[in-house]
Amino acid sequence: MNALPHILSLITFLPLLGALILLIFRASARGEDADIIDRNAPSVALATSLITFGLSIWALLDFDRANPGFQFVEKADWFGGMSYHLGVDGISLSLIILTTFLMPLCFIASWGVVKKRVTEYMVAFLILETLMIGVFSSLDIVLFYIFFEAGLIPMFLIIGVWGGVDRVYAAFKFFLYTLLGSVLMLVAVVAMILTAGTTDMVALLDFDFPVGMQTWLWLGFFASFAVKMPMWPVHTWLPDAHVQAPTAGSVILAGVLLKMGGYGFIRFSLPMFPDASQYFAPFVFTLSVIAIIYTSLVAFRQTDMKKLIAYSSVAHMGFVTIGIFSMNVIGVQGAMFQMISHGIVSGALFLVVGVIYDRMHTREIAAYGGLAQRMPVYATVFMLFTMANVGLPGTSGFIGEFLTMMGGYQVSTWIAFGAATGVILSAVYALTLYKRVIYGDITNPKLVDITDMVRREVITFSPLVLATIIFGIWPSLVTDLTGPAVEVLVEQITMAADQVESMK
Amino acid sequence: MTPFMSSLFLIGPEIALTFAALALLVGGAVRGERAGSFINTISIAVLLFAAIWGLKSAGAAPAEAFGGALVLDRLALFAKTGILLSAALVLAIGTGFLKLEKIVKYEYAILVLLATLGMMVMVSANDLLSLYVGLELQSLSLYVLAAFNRSSLRASEAGLKYFVLGALSSGLLLYGISLVYGFVGTTRFEGIAEAAHMDASVGLVIGVVFVLSGLAFKISAVPFHMWTPDVYQGAPTPVTAFFASAPKFAAIALIARLLMGPFADMADQWQQVVVALSVLSMTVGYFGAIMQRNIKRLMAYSSIANMGYAMIALAAGSQRGLEALLFYMGLYLITTLGMFACILAMRQSEGMVENIDDLAGLSQSRPGLALSFSLLLFSIAGLPPLAGFFGKLYIFLAAVEGGLLWLAIYGAVLSVVGAFYYLRIVKIMWFDEPAPAFVSSSIVLPLTAGIAAFMMLPGALWLLPALERWSQAAASSLF
Repeated sequence: MNALPHILSLITFLPLLGALILLIFRASARGEDADIIDRNAPSVALATSLITFGLSIWALLDFDRANPGFQFVEKADWFGGMSYHLGVDGISLSLIILTTFLMPLCFIASWGVVKKRVTEYMVAFLILETLMIGVFSSLDIVLFYIFFEAGLIPMFLIIGVWGGVDRVYAAFKFFLYTLLGSVLMLVAVVAMILTAGTTDMVALLDFDFPVGMQTWLWLGFFASFAVKMPMWPVHTWLPDAHVQAPTAGSVILAGVLLKMGGYGFIRFSLPMFPDASQYFAPFVFTLSVIAIIYTSLVAFRQTDMKKLIAYSSVAHMGFVTIGIFSMNVIGVQGAMFQMISHGIVSGALFLVVGVIYDRMHTREIAAYGGLAQRMPVYATVFMLFTMANVGLPGTSGFIGEFLTMMGGYQVSTWIAFGAATGVILSAVYALTLYKRVIYGDITNPKLVDITDMVRREVITFSPLVLATIIFGIWPSLVTDLTGPAVEVLVEQITMAADQVESMK
Repeated sequence: MTPFMSSLFLIGPEIALTFAALALLVGGAVRGERAGSFINTISIAVLLFAAIWGLKSAGAAPAEAFGGALVLDRLALFAKTGILLSAALVLAIGTGFLKLEKIVKYEYAILVLLATLGMMVMVSANDLLSLYVGLELQSLSLYVLAAFNRSSLRASEAGLKYFVLGALSSGLLLYGISLVYGFVGTTRFEGIAEAAHMDASVGLVIGVVFVLSGLAFKISAVPFHMWTPDVYQGAPTPVTAFFASAPKFAAIALIARLLMGPFADMADQWQQVVVALSVLSMTVGYFGAIMQRNIKRLMAYSSIANMGYAMIALAAGSQRGLEALLFYMGLYLITTLGMFACILAMRQSEGMVENIDDLAGLSQSRPGLALSFSLLLFSIAGLPPLAGFFGKLYIFLAAVEGGLLWLAIYGAVLSVVGAFYYLRIVKIMWFDEPAPAFVSSSIVLPLTAGIAAFMMLPGALWLLPALERWSQAAASSLF
C-alpha cells in the first residue's frame, strides 16, 4: 500500500477538523437550525472518528514492523527552538490505534443517550481525540507536554457539564490533581531542555543525563505519570472522576487517558533516566503491589458499580507499572499488552454499566439482581468482560497479567507473589459483582420489564468482544508490533546500567 | 540638525501626545461635557498615530535624547508600543460603559493620554530624574482617574487610598534616588553603572532597595499591594482595565531597565529582594483570589500573582530572563484587556454586575462570549495549548537557567492554586444553571474579547513567534 504523506498529522488533526466544522456550524446556527445541527452532530463525529480509525489502520498496514525506530516522521521548525516533530514506533502506534478504535464506540454509545448540548459534547470528544493521539505521536518534548496537559481541558468540561450529581467536585479534583503532577513534570522538562540544549525527543533519548540529575528529573516525571496512571496513593481522583463522568467519558478515561502514564514511563522515564529508574524500581514495585492488593480489597467493598471498576483499574495499572519497571523484555511487553487489553476491557466494562444505567439511572449494585432472566445477551457480554477483567486464559486480560508477572518474577519472587494475590482478589470482586447483578431473582420491581440490549448496543460491543478474544488467543498481533521497539529500549537500559556498574 | 532638534525629533510621539492632550483640554473646556465622546475618539486616534509613528523608527539604531536623559532603544520601543496600543484599546472598550453609567467626562480621555505620556517617559528614562518625572506624571493622572466618578463613594475612596499610598511610595522612591545620587554623584544611568561596577557601597545598596520598593508599589508587588484590590474594585471598570494593563507593563519595563542596566553589577544584592517580592506576590495573589466573589477584586489578586510570576523572570537577571519577562508581559496585556472586555460586557437590565456568580450559565446565554472568556482564563492559568502556557514555559526556562530552580518549582505549584480560581469562573459559566442574561453590549466588547481569545489559540501560531522575535530584539538592547 502506498504511504500517505503526512499521515500522522492527518490522523492527529482530523478529529480537530471535525470539531471545528461542528463548532462553526453550531455557532452560526440560530433557533431551529441549532436543533438540526444537534441532531446531525453525532453522525459527523462518528464519521470523523471512523475515518480517523481507517487512517490509523492504513498507517498500521504501512508500518514496518521490523524497524524499531520512529516511522512516518514529520518535522518542521517551530519557534523558540521547538519543533513540530511527529513519529511513531510500535509502542506509540499500538496506543494510537487503541485510541482511534475506542473513539467511534464512544460515539455510538452516546447516540441518543446524551440529550443536552449534543454538539458541544461531540466537539469536546473530538478535540480530546486529537490531543490523545498527539500525546502518542509527538517527538518533541514540548509538543508532547502541550498535548498531554491540554487533554485536561476537554475532560474537565466533559465531566463537569455532562457528569453526574457531584460532577463539579469530581471535575475539579481530576483537574487539579493531574495539573499538580504535570507542572512538576514541566519544571523537569525545562531542566532537561536546558541541559541537553534541545527539545527533540530523539536527541533526548540519546542524551546521557548526569546520574545525580536523573534522580530529580525522574521524580518530576514520576509526579505526573503516577497521578495519571494512577498509582496508589495518588489514585483518589480516579474513582470520583469515573463515577461522575458520563459513560463515554469513563471509557476514554480508563481506556486511553490512564495509558498516558504508562506510555510516559516507557517513553521518558526508562530510556532517558535509566539509572534513576533502576534506583527507584523497588519503590515503584512496592507501590504497585500495594495498589494491586489494597485497591482490589477496596473494590470488593464498593456499592457503586462504576466505582468498583474504577478501583479495579487502579489495581490493573499496578500490573503495568510492575511490568515496566521490571525492565526486561517480557515485563515491558506485558505492560504494553496489559495497557491495550485494559483499555479494551475496562472501557467495555464501563459501557456495560452504561447499558443498565441508561435504563435504570442508578449504578447501585443493590438495585440490580437477576438480570440474566431478562437480558440474556447482556449477561453473556458482561460475563465475557468480567472474565477478561479477572484474567481468564483465552481472554486478553490473561496475557497481560501473565507476562507482567513473569517480568516481575525475574526481578523478585515477592513481586510476583503480590501480583498473583491480586489476581485472586480480582476474581473475588469481579465475580461477586457479576453474581449480584446478573444472577439471583429479580427483587427490584422496576427491573421486571427491563429490555435486553438493542441493536445500537450490540454494535458497540461486538468489536470489543472480538478484540478481547482475538488478542487473548493471538497475542502476537500486539507483541509483534511493540516487540522491536521494546527490545531496543531494554537493551539501552541494560547498557546504561552496565556503564554505571563499570564506573563503580 | 542640532542635538536639541534631533532630540525633539526622537520624542515625536510624546510631543504629539502632549499637544493633543492640551488641545483637547482646551476643546473640552470650551465645549463642555458634550465633547466627551468626540474627545474619546480623537484620543484613540492620537494614541494609534503615536504608536505607528514610534514603530516607523523601529529599524533605527538606539539613540539618546537631551544629552542622555532619555533613550530610545528597542526595549523602549517595545514597551511604548504595548502601552500605546493598550491605552487605545482601553479607551475603545470603555466608551460604552461610560455612556451607560452616565459618567462621560471629557477629562477621562485626556487623563489617559497624560498617563500614557508619563509611561512613555518612564520606559525611555535614562536618568533617575526623567524616570521620576515620568512616573509622577503617570501616577498623578492615575490618582485622578481612579476617583473621577465623583458621585461614587467607592471611587472616591479608591482614589484617596491610591493617592495616599502612592505618595508614600513616591517618597520612598525619591529617598532612594537621593541616596543613589549621594553615593554615586550622578543620576545618569551610565554613571551609576560605572560606579556600581567599581564598588557597590552599602549606601548605594540601600538606595537601590528604596528605589525598588517605590517601584514595587506601582506593579502592586506584595508587600506593597494593599491598595490594589480596593482600587480595582472602586474605580470605574474601564479605569480598572487601564490600571491592570499599561501601567503594569510600563513599571515592570522600567524596573527591568534599572536592574539590568545601571544596577546590573549589583545583581547579587537586588536578586534577593526581587525573589522575595516574587514569592510573596505569588503567594498572596494566588491564595488571596480564592475567596473573592467580586470579579474586579479577583482580577486585582490575579494581577498581583501575575506580577509575581513576571518577577521570577526578572530575578533571573539574564538576557533570557528579560526576553521571558517581555514575552510574558506582552501576553499578559492581551489577556487582561480581553478579560476586561468580558467584564465590561457583564451588564444586566438593572445595571452593571460584578459578582462572578452573575456569570452563571453564560455558555448558554452568550456562548461566544463564554468561549472567549474561557479561553482567556485557561490561557492566563497557563494551560497548553493556549499562549499563556508559553509565557510560563519561557519564565521557567529563564529561572532554571539562572539557577532559581526552587523558585520555578514554587511558581509551578502555585499556578495550580491559580488554576483553581480561574477554573471556578469557567465552572460557573459552563456548569451552573443560567443566571439572568446580560443585555447586549456594543459589538466592541465581544469583538475585543474574541480577538484576544483568538490570539490565545489559533492566532498564537502567528502571535507567539512574532512576540518572541520582538521581545528578543527588545531584550538585546540591554545586553
